[in-house]
Amino acid sequence: MDPESCQYSKEHEWFYLEDDTCVMGITEFAQDELGEVVFVELPEVGTEVEAGNEIGTIESVKAVSEVFTAISGVVVEVNELLKDMPEKINEDPLGEGWLAKIKLSAPSELDQLMDAKQYAEFTAHG
Amino acid sequence: MSDETNARTPLHAAHLRAGGRMVPFAGWEMPVQYSGVMDEHRAVRSAAGLFDVSHMGEVRVTGPGAEAFLQSLTPNDVAKLAPQRVHYTALLTEQGTYIDDLLIYRESDDVFLLVVNAANVESDFAWIARHAPRDVTVENVSAEFALLALQGPMAQSILQGLTATELAPIRYYGFRRGEVSGRPAIVSRTGYTGEDGFELYVAPDDAEALWNALLAAGGDRGLVPAGLGARDTLRLEAAMALYGHELDRETTPWDARLDWTVKLDCGDFIGREALVAAKAAGARKKLVGFEVRGRGIAREGCAAFGPDGAIGRVTSGTFSPTLERALGMAYLAPEWSEIGREFEIDVRGRRLPAEVVKLPFYRRPS
Repeated sequence: MDPESCQYSKEHEWFYLEDDTCVMGITEFAQDELGEVVFVELPEVGTEVEAGNEIGTIESVKAVSEVFTAISGVVVEVNELLKDMPEKINEDPLGEGWLAKIKLSAPSELDQLMDAKQYAEFTAHG
Repeated sequence: MSDETNARTPLHAAHLRAGGRMVPFAGWEMPVQYSGVMDEHRAVRSAAGLFDVSHMGEVRVTGPGAEAFLQSLTPNDVAKLAPQRVHYTALLTEQGTYIDDLLIYRESDDVFLLVVNAANVESDFAWIARHAPRDVTVENVSAEFALLALQGPMAQSILQGLTATELAPIRYYGFRRGEVSGRPAIVSRTGYTGEDGFELYVAPDDAEALWNALLAAGGDRGLVPAGLGARDTLRLEAAMALYGHELDRETTPWDARLDWTVKLDCGDFIGREALVAAKAAGARKKLVGFEVRGRGIAREGCAAFGPDGAIGRVTSGTFSPTLERALGMAYLAPEWSEIGREFEIDVRGRRLPAEVVKLPFYRRPS
């Protein structure tokens, strides 16, 4: 995913729109803070989620971190690769380390999120 | 993100230069990791790691009555501790529970150095000073020392290149006064990782030069700086207790499987009476090792359950970089402490299956 084309949440998730579906994951900043990821828990395909919901957890050696969705919709796919290779989140958080795809029910929610420039400022001062 | 109220060790600038991520710990600003917990952990198991543990406290106890005093203050047998030797012991309440765990170094007949946990320095010092008789002097000398821990199978060969002190004859839990890289040091064959290694007590002003000299000497043998994150996963694999987790004022040495640190046949000490009574009464809880049989990590504070309800609590839990699975230690009701017992741990509302396993999780190849 091109980081410039993603939208970002304050919880350090990225969202990338492809037609009516959004791919999401955690940011480079978030994976660096978390350290080596060892377990990932993701929602089941078909789950209806609402903006602000916790949809999973990422565990590193150091800590556990909840994953939130900033958009509402239905989970249409999760990244099964992460079950055996959770380290992909560290290696390539915006690519192979993606978490879930959500079919949007309220596309306008994306407008509430930060763009790449705003997110860079947010992490610099946050 | 640094907290100005926390103390800094003499190696603070060196940590920042090495990319250390600083976190508050027991009133200190300490590096939790440099390259990453897993990398640093594996380096210590396979080669060597260098830790700054200058936050630890030191209390000097001297005088003609020092041996008798420490014998009455701590449960291990101080009379048996020879000069140039170290032993692991405790400060106990009258109830026989932990005020702190500590090392005692015997420098000579009348000179001892006690090494205590950072969070407890002030309260330990007050406790020790309050009980000291007139012929014993107790000093908080924490500011006299920086403490570097060089740990791992390559530790001896790296350190030997920097010191004239012969290291091979120093046995585990032995120490010498000598020089490292031209600077006075107590060279102690001790550590908190389950590996061979040394702890070096040096003047704060010498710490950074020594840190740099060690990293330069050991770099080609795989030596890396290692942080508190790896220190915790290493000690946990080796099943070494950590104050505030496995040990506290609710816990006796019997509970913590530290019976070997208690000598009931060498005179009275604070807590002895309660420990004798506790032994007669039988175990209330037992420290066990467990492995998680599902996906997830059961961390400190998670409740443990049998089919009929709560049976205990997790004291430390992590993902083991060596064994590559989630494990930890927990206090369980005694009837649940047998190897192989299966139970459940509540992790954020989800029950993970777990099994009691033998401790330690890791023992270094001999």
